[in-house]
Amino acid sequence: MSSTTDTVEASRRDFIFIATGAMTAIGAAGAIWPFVAQMNPDASVLALSTVEVDISPIAEGQGITVKWRGNPVFVRHRTPKEIEEARSVPVEDLPDPYARNANLPESAPATDENRAAKDKPQYILMMGVCTHLGCVPLGDAGDYDGWFCPCHGSHYDTAGRIRKGPAPENLPIPKFELVSDTLIRVG
Amino acid sequence: MSAPSTYQPKSALGRWFEERLPLNGFVRTHLLDYPTPKNLNYWWTFGGILTTMLVVQIISGVTLVMHYTPHTSMAFDSVEHIMRDVNYGWLLRYVHSNGASMFFIAVYIHILRGMYFGSYKAPREVLWMIGVLIYLVMMATGFMGYVLPWGQMSFWGAKVITNLFSAFPFIGEPLVTWLWGGFTVDNPTLARFFSLHYLLPFVLVGLVGLHIWALHVPGNSNPLGISVRSNQDTVPFHPYYTFKDGFAILVFLLFFSFFVFYAPNYLGHAINYEPANPLSTPAHIVPEWYYLPFYAILRGIPHKLLGVIAMFSSIFLLFALPWLDTSRVRSGTYRPIFKQFFWLFVLVCLGLGYLGSQPPEGGYVIAARILTAYYFLHFLVILPLIGLLEKPRPLPSSISEAVLAKKSPQLEAQPAE
Repeated sequence: MSSTTDTVEASRRDFIFIATGAMTAIGAAGAIWPFVAQMNPDASVLALSTVEVDISPIAEGQGITVKWRGNPVFVRHRTPKEIEEARSVPVEDLPDPYARNANLPESAPATDENRAAKDKPQYILMMGVCTHLGCVPLGDAGDYDGWFCPCHGSHYDTAGRIRKGPAPENLPIPKFELVSDTLIRVG
Repeated sequence: MSAPSTYQPKSALGRWFEERLPLNGFVRTHLLDYPTPKNLNYWWTFGGILTTMLVVQIISGVTLVMHYTPHTSMAFDSVEHIMRDVNYGWLLRYVHSNGASMFFIAVYIHILRGMYFGSYKAPREVLWMIGVLIYLVMMATGFMGYVLPWGQMSFWGAKVITNLFSAFPFIGEPLVTWLWGGFTVDNPTLARFFSLHYLLPFVLVGLVGLHIWALHVPGNSNPLGISVRSNQDTVPFHPYYTFKDGFAILVFLLFFSFFVFYAPNYLGHAINYEPANPLSTPAHIVPEWYYLPFYAILRGIPHKLLGVIAMFSSIFLLFALPWLDTSRVRSGTYRPIFKQFFWLFVLVCLGLGYLGSQPPEGGYVIAARILTAYYFLHFLVILPLIGLLEKPRPLPSSISEAVLAKKSPQLEAQPAE
């Protein structure tokens, strides 16, 4: 009951009072939105969305790191032994059974075929960002001959799949396409 | 104790001003004549030390900003410019970087003093909770400040800590992108951290004002933990505690000066003198020493989300402390069992701090898990139980009586003439 009137029934004044309060709250919430939204990635950040990589100089057993959207992307030319190692593991033994490949449906299983580049299984491309807390894993390291994150001890295999440690997911594979035999466009 | 001032200025001008803005009376009531228990020991001087450190940090910070550039391409070089080119720049920067550590040393002593002497108990719960809020804002401020020099540890510390929020299901990823303003820690992140690092200390000033306001309603607690009963129990804040606090501040500044002048980089990490490189993570990332116990809790738990939840709840638990401690006796001096568990808790916190600085492998992880479990056990089981089971020692009937009883054996020991 409003303090402005003594009647028991709600008065027109009560209605106006509540309506005014409600409109003020909606207006304030609307006014806050631009201040929240300005924190999200701006147009110049979003504009840096593709990068092209020439894969011809990468020798077998060698990997390179390219920068895409400020983050490292690993591109590796794998040896037959590495491919063999990745293919010999049953998917059901993996901590994360999904391929995490943006070029495939979300439900794709984490087989080596789903992780490696299409039609060129010797090449693998993925984000070099540990899925635990975002450090950059080291190449040719760890218990599974793949990558090892020095921050909190996550081990990834030769297909970039998490095998041991606190990281919850496989290293994500961004959208990319083979523009020609030697050129990959990421993003 | 916060009765309106009865102060009447002597001069006509003073009275004219006082009627329009009672500033003089306010200062008299809350700073000079404020009745303070006469038995406060040196552990009670850390409030004054903390206020001093906040002022030191604001002054050194505001002057550093005159020479610093918050941009990824120039931040690191501008810090080197401060160190090499700016007049006394090295001093300003070392005062500010070591000042943060001193601020945290003082706040940890202040918090532990409150825990030992039960300063959080009725009627000071709100005072305590504002204090916990101050501590949280301090941690956020310190974290963002450490990012600004844009060295390797700045960058990777920022990346790991902001990534903590990605652990939350569904909202995690968009939340982190929102915090970063991009797809990784980059220039937008540095710019907003700089802005907030400048803002939050002034939020702290406001919170400290509320903290002191909430203190001046019931008045200070004291080492005996019994309430003030009469004027016999108190002395005016000035000159008694202005000088006691002043002396403690001086000694603390000597300790601070040792680090600034003789070991300015002792509390930092050498790798932060290497410019940030988003493509290469240093082998061993650790946060600043004052976050290490919480970092140990985070890493001790082998699950991403649960680790993050445990770390946050280890701090938020402090808000509930006034209701977790079931004993009505405030001071640990009169609680024989609590006293032992208190010191065990201090050792556990130091142990967690040590483990947080070590690599996350083998025995260190197991030890961190044991100590983490004990940390939570202390608050959730041990404290509530001791309050119910322990038989406290008898309390003195008044502060002045206890103070005189303490003095009298010395008086008797003096030779009679």
